[in-house]
Amino acid sequence: MGKLKLITDGIVKNNPTFVLVLGMCPTLGTTTSAINGMGMGLATTFVLILSNIAISAVAKIIPDKVRIPSYIVIIAAFVTILQFLLQAYIPSLYETLGLFIPLIVVNCIVLGRAEAFANKNNVGDSALDGIGVGLGFTIALTVLGCIREFLGSGSFFGMKLIDSDGMLAFVLAPGAFLALGYLMVLFRKITDKKA
Amino acid sequence: MVLVLTSICLVCSAILGVVYSVTAEPIRQADVAKINKAISSVVPQFDNIPSQEMFKVEFDGKESEVYPAKKEGQAVGYAIKVKSSGFGGPITMMVGFTSDGTIYNTSIVYLSETPGLGAKLTDENIPTRAQLKGLNPASSNITVKKDGGDIDAITASTISSRAFLKGVDIAYQIFLKVQSQK
Repeated sequence: MGKLKLITDGIVKNNPTFVLVLGMCPTLGTTTSAINGMGMGLATTFVLILSNIAISAVAKIIPDKVRIPSYIVIIAAFVTILQFLLQAYIPSLYETLGLFIPLIVVNCIVLGRAEAFANKNNVGDSALDGIGVGLGFTIALTVLGCIREFLGSGSFFGMKLIDSDGMLAFVLAPGAFLALGYLMVLFRKITDKKA
Repeated sequence: MVLVLTSICLVCSAILGVVYSVTAEPIRQADVAKINKAISSVVPQFDNIPSQEMFKVEFDGKESEVYPAKKEGQAVGYAIKVKSSGFGGPITMMVGFTSDGTIYNTSIVYLSETPGLGAKLTDENIPTRAQLKGLNPASSNITVKKDGGDIDAITASTISSRAFLKGVDIAYQIFLKVQSQK
């Protein structure tokens, strides 16, 4: 398997949001604006890469029966580290993401990649997979955030483009589902043509 | 099996301990910086260090921190840190009064309101917060228009707006208490 393909697979073929449909809670919850979506995506990518590396390194010595608890402990450790670091050095991002940072622990993508990829592959490949899937997630969240921010508050990355309040529904949960649904359709249409 | 899980937990907690001790100081400093920034944005210019002259005032069974701002020894205002319960959890905010009880400005220290809705409270320019500036709670009604007051609520975030104004009201009560104690 080509190294580059590991990364592009995570973005296109195994895109966590549009294809695997994993981690919907942070996807719908944090994408009220482009910058929030991107922040969440990058935070998850950080955890994903590190947990993939750590898990692939120790996967062989972990007995099958305690596999899941071990993974969760490792993932939780990385999330807590991330939380401390954000709180100390980027407090503004820490405030916007708030509750969603500890929730990365239970994000299905992280555990899903640990189960589906990291425990069967070597450290290097797992790191690349983490980067790919993380980027796929970040891109998906940023795009979704852009659309919702534009429709919901008429701005782009915090810059006001249209001087109005926009359609409030898009900032709320229903708009998240609508926008995500149409994005998935669009994503399928584009990727199907290629295949 | 037990051994592996135990050692994973041990290693993880050791790493966490290290990271915690490294970041504890920056986190504390970031908090202090945040409070200081909030204080200086809600009271008129001062030349003392309000955080060193902080005192606690009890109101309604809860203690709140009061930061007096002084210029050349004269009190020019008070920044009062209060908590109110919003839609998504507690809202911690700093309310500044000039010495005659007029609201100078407000600042949100911490909130967990819905992003895009109640979280708009962090924006200083929204009507709900802009309208408060220069108002004196003694002569105006600090509640949302829905409740017969003078302040516009944030669209679709009446609960957050109410909670915010409730906090301002608590701060004002504390301010009155501070004034009467002098």
